[in-house]
Formats: sequence, C-alpha cells, structure tokens
Amino acid sequence: MAAIDPSKVRRYAHGSRVPGWDDAVDLSKAPAEVPDPATTPVPAELRAEIEQYMSRYPDFRSAAIPALHAAQRLHGWCSPTAVEQVACVMRLTPGYLTAVATFYDMFETVPKGRVDVYVCTNISCSLRGADRIHAAMQAAAGNDPEFHVKSFECLGACDIAPMASIDGEYVGPLTEADCRQIVEDVKAGRPVLESKQLRKRKTAGGT
Amino acid sequence: MQLLFDDIDQPGLNTLRVYQGERGGYEMLSRALDMEPADVLSQLQASGLRGRGGAGFAMGVKASFLPKGDMDKYVVCNADESEPGTFKDRELMQKNPHLLIEGLAIAAHAVGANKAFIFIRGEYDYVATILEEALEEAKAANLLGSLELWVHRGAGAYICGEETALLDALEGKRGNPRLKPPFPAVQGLYKGPTLINNVETLMNAPIILRMGGEEYAKIGVERSTGTKVVSVSGCVENPGNFEIVLGTPTREIIYDLAGGPLGGKKIKCFFPGGSSAPVLPGTDEYLDLPYDFDSMAKAGSMLGSGAIIVADEDVSIVDLALKTAKFYRHESCGKCTPCREGTNWTVKMLERIDSGEATPMDLDIMASVCDQIMGNCLCVLGDAMAMPIASMIKWFREEFEEHIEAARERNGLGAANPQFNADEAAGPMPALT
Repeated sequence: MAAIDPSKVRRYAHGSRVPGWDDAVDLSKAPAEVPDPATTPVPAELRAEIEQYMSRYPDFRSAAIPALHAAQRLHGWCSPTAVEQVACVMRLTPGYLTAVATFYDMFETVPKGRVDVYVCTNISCSLRGADRIHAAMQAAAGNDPEFHVKSFECLGACDIAPMASIDGEYVGPLTEADCRQIVEDVKAGRPVLESKQLRKRKTAGGT
Repeated sequence: MQLLFDDIDQPGLNTLRVYQGERGGYEMLSRALDMEPADVLSQLQASGLRGRGGAGFAMGVKASFLPKGDMDKYVVCNADESEPGTFKDRELMQKNPHLLIEGLAIAAHAVGANKAFIFIRGEYDYVATILEEALEEAKAANLLGSLELWVHRGAGAYICGEETALLDALEGKRGNPRLKPPFPAVQGLYKGPTLINNVETLMNAPIILRMGGEEYAKIGVERSTGTKVVSVSGCVENPGNFEIVLGTPTREIIYDLAGGPLGGKKIKCFFPGGSSAPVLPGTDEYLDLPYDFDSMAKAGSMLGSGAIIVADEDVSIVDLALKTAKFYRHESCGKCTPCREGTNWTVKMLERIDSGEATPMDLDIMASVCDQIMGNCLCVLGDAMAMPIASMIKWFREEFEEHIEAARERNGLGAANPQFNADEAAGPMPALT
C-alpha cells in the first residue's frame, strides 16, 4: 500500500481528522439553578402560553417540548435566554431543558435563519434526486441569513418526492428551478410554491 | 374496497358539518357510549384488527391488557409517523381528522380512560393545526363527554414513534425507550395504564362498530383482517397512498395502483414495510406474494407500517444501504451500546466500501455487527437498521463485492487478498487456537 501523503490528509479546523464532539461542559462552573423570577424577565405572552400548556397535563413537565417550541418561535432559536425564560416559568433547571432541546431535530441551540427550509434527503426522496435538490436549495438560500436550510430525515411526504418543508408548508415534487422560486416567494411574502403544495393534492388512491 | 378512503377528498370533510351532518359521523361514538365498555372491547377483539403502526399486534388484545377498575388511565394516539416511506397517517389526519377523534374516544371508552393525547410529529405542523381545529369543534359540540383530549406536537425524533420513547417525550423528557416489561398497558404514561395505538388503527374503530366486529373480520385474509392504507414511493410512476384489502398481491399494488417502476424498468428490490423491513428482490416469487402480515413474515420480511419503497435496477445497492444506515445512525437515541455503536460502525464500513478501502471480508464483519445488534437493545431501532442491511448483503452480496473491487481499482489498491482459499472452502472451517 502506498505511504500516506501528509499533504492529502483532510483535517478539520482544529487540526484533527475527526469532526470533534459536542461543546464540552465547563466543569469549573456550578450547574445553573432554577432561575429566580425576580431577576428573570419573561415576556407576558410567552409566560401565558407556557402556563396554558402546563395546565393541560397531569405532570407540568410534559409541557417542556411545547414550551420550547413557543420560546424558539419568539427568540428565533433556543438561545440561553430563551431556555432560561422557559426554565423560569416551568420551575426547571436550564440544564434539564437544554438536554431536551439538544435531543430533538427541530430545536436549534445555535442561531439560525428565520425561515426553516427542511429538505428531505431520506431514502424515497433520494431515489428521486433529493441530494440534487438539497444542493440547489443550498445554492439558492444557503448564504442568505434569512434562511435555515437543513437536510432532514423522512418528512412523511414521499408521494411528492423530492420534497421540502418551508416553515411547515410541504411542497413537491421539486425541481432545481423551484428552489429559486421558493426563495423568491418567501422574500415577496407570497404563499410558497402554491401549485405544488401538498395540502392541495388529491389522494392518489381516493375514490 | 374503500373504508378509510371512502370519498376522502370530499370538500369540507375535515369539518363537523360534513363529517357529522352529511356522513353520520360520531354516531358510532354515541352508540359506544351506550354500550358496556366490555362489549365495545369484544367487538374490537372480534374484528381481528392488527396494529397498523408497524408491530402488527392485535389491537383488541392490547386494549384488553389494561387493568379494569377506577384509576387514571390514558389513551395515546401515536401520530409520530416517521418511518421512511410512510405517509398514510398524514393524509388520513389531514383529510378526515374527526374519524381519528371519534376512534380515539371509542377506544378510551372501551378501556375506561378519561384522558387522551394525540402525539403528532412536530414537522406535521399544518396537520396538527387541522386536528386542533377539529378537536375544538368536537369539544364545542360536547361530543366527547368526559374525555379530555389534547394534541401534543413532538419536535423531530424518529425514536419517538417507539411507544415507550413516545411516553418519555410526552412526559417532557428526551425520547429514550424504556425497559419492557412493564409494558405501557400496565405502567405507561405517568406510570398509569396506557393504551397506545397508531392513527390508522384507531380510525378503524368506528368502522368496526358500524359493521360489527365479526363482519369486519371477513374482509381480507385469515389473521390479516380488514383494509390497509399502503404508501407506495420511490421509483414508481404514481407514488401515493392506496387502500387495499389485506392479501392483495404485491404486484397489483406496485404495478396497477402505483403505475409500476419509472420508465418501465425492472424492480431491483423493494422494502415491503418501511425502511426497517428487510428488502425483498423484485423477482416474480416475491412480487406475487399476497400483501398481508403473515405472508410477508414468511418471506423473511415484514408488513411493518405498510410502506412499499421501490428501488429499480439502476439504483446502487451500496448507496441504498448507506442511506438506510445513515438514517438509523442519526436517529439512534444513544441509550444502548449495540445500537449506538453498531449503526455508527455500519455507516463507517459502508463508506469504506464506497471509497475503495474495504475488502470483501468487510461484508461478513458488517453482517456480524448486524447480528450482534439484533435483540440486544431496549427497543428495535438498531434491529431496524440491522434487518434491511443484512438482507441487502444476503440478496446482493455479489454487487457489493463488485463495488468493492471497482472502488479498490479506482483507488489503485489492486484486488483484495486473499479472495478465496479453495482448500479451506472444501474442508471444514479451521479451528481457532
């Protein structure tokens, strides 16, 4: 076997050949406690929404995911402030909520663009060219801070493969040209790709 | 025969006006509320209805496991449809949300539960809104009696479709599966007895009551009764949801309903029940199988969630395996070592095959990794990767080997060595010292 040419070894920014692990915990810091309501301002609307969720369940902790959804909608991402506000209303530690937020794909613990563009790149969509669509979507919106383009696992719409979800609106089957249209529609504030919206589609096997 | 898809595109079916006013909806719920819970249960049992979410466990039997008596019991509808290739629940909930609410209320009456949740995946945001609107209507019309029902949105995790992980997520935790037993029917949500059923399963409850359990059991074949909504996707002309009577030949579903493979190509293989099901080759022997629970199991695969993904002859089996394995690596919750590490190593080995660093022996290592995942974890997510990957190696080993050799050639590494030792192959395996 040929010797390894050091100039051809690809490395990550920190010099290693592996991408690295999640952000390490600062062990010198004491764990954050349940925030003090007196020093943690929470927008009244967010507080009301979270309290409404908490009242639905026999155990208030069940409201963690809906509450994080609400905080992410308000703050744009699950920022430390957002998590702290949820923790304050729910009387939980920020650590508990961060553990929940990092588990689920729809919560972002780093800043993201306002418009979520999930491009499905799972089996059925990739059999119909999803990787090409993802690349086209990246080219059309990847550098725009307004958009958050993410390749996603099966979104449950393989009948319109290849497809994407634009802020929850399912559209497909997509072509590369559609990706540019999506960006234009979002910027103009129009309904996204109206002719290809899934909710308007008839059932294939319907009578 | 169309039971669930009966005029599914009727305008306004998602409103109470059409569902109750024109279609006689919620009649079965009021009939059920007048019946003894045990009688409702026996109707469900008589129907032979098997769970439509993936495991195929008899719904009536599952419901009968819940203890009787006065205590907090729960019904949870599993609408976290995330199995790749599956999109039936989305269509059913979007177009006929009241049928689910009615079915859920009937099931709750049958097991004596007074609180129920619909756990819907967070990505189905617009479907969840449709459900919430329907629920508001039903509550305003006072149709649900004493049942308290809420729609709960998840936040994107395949594992939450596993029933105990779903319960953890619903309790506001990370979605990690629990050790079973105790099964949810004994100790589930908030440690109370809990019935968890898939959307399509619950939607069948009003239909069963209307027809009568024994009459329903006459549809389909023995041990696979009723109709099934099948999601066909991948390389087919007309992908979509089709309602079939269980036992319909697979060929009829793929060719007649879904229009056959794209451009008249040959089918290389298909997943008969979502990406977790072992693939079957597209030969006459397998295409002629009746599509029902037992026939699929006998052929070495499973009906799963009823999602057929078709791959045609142009699809590279290595690409297909890599896509499949990457999905499970991403979705493994990380709780059990065989699944967390096994999915990761399978992806690494498949990437090596693709980049030309592998030898044909790696296929056996991969198969043995799959073997060691199976049955060794709290839930079946790892198994769900191991089964299709192992089946791809089983059916398409030669193509994997050709791919390995071609990639090695490209990489300038030459043929893998040793390839085959005729003396050893003829005799017994050499003993390990």
